[in-house]
Amino acid sequence: MPMMPDFSLAMPEIWVGVMACVILMMDLFIPGRDRVITMWLSLFTLAVAAWLTIRQQWGVEAVTFGESYIADNLAVVLKVSIYAMTALAFLYAQRYLKQRGLLQGEFFVLGLFGVLGMMVISSAHSLLTAYIGLELLALCQYALVAYNRNSQLAGEAAMKYFVLGALSSGILLYGMSMIYGATATLELAAIAEAAARSGDNILYVFGLVFMLVGVAFKFGAVPFHMWVPDVYEGAPTPVALYIGTAPKIAALALFLRLLAEGLGALQEHWQLMVAILAVLSLIIGNLFAIVQSNFKRLLGYSTVSHIGFVLLGLVAGSEQGFGAALFYVVTYAITAAGAFAIIILLSREGFEGDRLDDLKGLFRRDGWAALALLLMMFSMTGIPGTVGFYAKLLVIKALIDVGMVWLAVFAIVFAVISAFYYLKVLKIAFFDPVEDNSALQASGGFRLILTGNALAVLLLGIFPGSLMAVCLAAFG
Amino acid sequence: MQLTLFYIFAAVLVFAATMVITSRNPVHSAMFLVLAFFNAAALWLMAEAEFLGVVLVVVYVGAVMVLFLFVVMMLDINIAPLREGFTRYLPIGAAVALVMLAQMVMVLSSDHIQLISSEAAPSGVADNTRAIGSVLYTDYLYPFELAGIVLLVAIVAAIMLTLRRRPGVKRQNPAKQVRVRKADRLRVLQIPAESRIVPNAAAQAEDKK
Repeated sequence: MPMMPDFSLAMPEIWVGVMACVILMMDLFIPGRDRVITMWLSLFTLAVAAWLTIRQQWGVEAVTFGESYIADNLAVVLKVSIYAMTALAFLYAQRYLKQRGLLQGEFFVLGLFGVLGMMVISSAHSLLTAYIGLELLALCQYALVAYNRNSQLAGEAAMKYFVLGALSSGILLYGMSMIYGATATLELAAIAEAAARSGDNILYVFGLVFMLVGVAFKFGAVPFHMWVPDVYEGAPTPVALYIGTAPKIAALALFLRLLAEGLGALQEHWQLMVAILAVLSLIIGNLFAIVQSNFKRLLGYSTVSHIGFVLLGLVAGSEQGFGAALFYVVTYAITAAGAFAIIILLSREGFEGDRLDDLKGLFRRDGWAALALLLMMFSMTGIPGTVGFYAKLLVIKALIDVGMVWLAVFAIVFAVISAFYYLKVLKIAFFDPVEDNSALQASGGFRLILTGNALAVLLLGIFPGSLMAVCLAAFG
Repeated sequence: MQLTLFYIFAAVLVFAATMVITSRNPVHSAMFLVLAFFNAAALWLMAEAEFLGVVLVVVYVGAVMVLFLFVVMMLDINIAPLREGFTRYLPIGAAVALVMLAQMVMVLSSDHIQLISSEAAPSGVADNTRAIGSVLYTDYLYPFELAGIVLLVAIVAAIMLTLRRRPGVKRQNPAKQVRVRKADRLRVLQIPAESRIVPNAAAQAEDKK
């Protein structure tokens, strides 16, 4: 007879799943249009989930549910950063959605179910759970992009995202079926063993290619990046914030679980493919970002280029490289959240504020917001004193340590090119004359959160040690 | 014999699947999908997975496709514009597809491919329904529950995207209907069976003048 699975190990997932259902029901009976209680309940859910995750899973390494679930340090780091980014998205979202009559409980419920999907990916220890977690996350994302039904742009973006996403899921699944055909098992540990044993079986590489395509789509790496700018532009800004931060961490989780753990024996095969993806992402992302006039599209292309850096960390293939990629993606998520928050801050009823021209004279209109923007852009460029500098440094160091100096040089060149458009944003905000002199509407709470976000970018840039240690411990 | 049957079923399956995406009429597409499901079920039966075969027919053909046909028939779709550009992109699409097919055939027919043969499957177990039942809620509990949540999210998303409250639309409120009391709907008027004709007081006054 099969054994009873160890439920206590998966307490965080159970808690988030149950609470999402509870909030879905409770939201029906909560009076008022502000959804304040729903939001705080969602934040409470995330906070308790973080506590449960750290308490149950840090420092252990155990599998349960017929070896389809793993709890280890990597899962803890991924999950806790996913909770933090989602909480930030929830906090920033409220004002924007309320102004447009979009504030419904479903935003938070779908957000939480998306978190559950990301948690499942982070703890996936079989092809089946990784795939189901991915579908759960993707479904929530499609629905959230289409969240504003009155916007044609949002509908178009959601449709593009849905069709391309379904296609990439199919490709990923096809690759998984090949691996299953070669190993007759779904468990990643067993697959890793089988792959190490019979390296000359070309079926592994065949499946690997398709799986890598699926993962690259979720990352938004070139040439599978077509959806990124459109979705960022079409989706409501808080949804773009949500999609642009936590799911990137989940995409890294998917890569680490499927390709680094499951098919680690095929590293020499995927290393070159990932290197090509990374180089293309750096080129296309940075060059296309230069010509954008829409801030959200610019951030979309900048995401693509940052994904290039994350992939470079993975190309290095060492524990240090994986740690650098993890550090990069987490700190990038924090920075991107701040940049999207500036767009939310600029918007008001009937005005999106997502063109670069809307930033004109921001410094004279609201010096504090302009300073926050300055920190975010400096961090994305990688200027010392902000966290983006250490993220890039770690990746480049990992590359040089494994002897890939040329890739490192290439990355630095494109980091310099990226400075052009980040500084262009700052030039518009600081030196261009004011065109639209209406005061920015922001509650004290919003300003407090944005200040915290900017300080995180600054303080992590000065004292990156603890986060770095945590990221490296995830692979120890 | 078995191999011949397999090839027949597989060929019909591929043909039906192709027709699903190329047929101009959505109803025809749906019917071809039913045919494809039946052939897939037959393949599963041949692989000694009776339970899956039966479930496929019962759930997909019996429930999902019928619902789908209802929807397709109720929608008034103008088919011609949907096909625009199909022939225009066909050559390049076909070329890409052929190249990919050729590559895949070359990889899959090489000597280095080692598929695990069906020995790994629990052959000899006559009752595979029992075999599925014994692992579905134990080893596969986690993915099973998650699949349930995926369906829940699909419902929530579908309702969120389609339920809209337009002003001026008359709709039922069942809770209000159930809670209604006699006093809200019914007004009892005291109307005498016979009423005397009351002479018009004003007219009388007129007469007196």
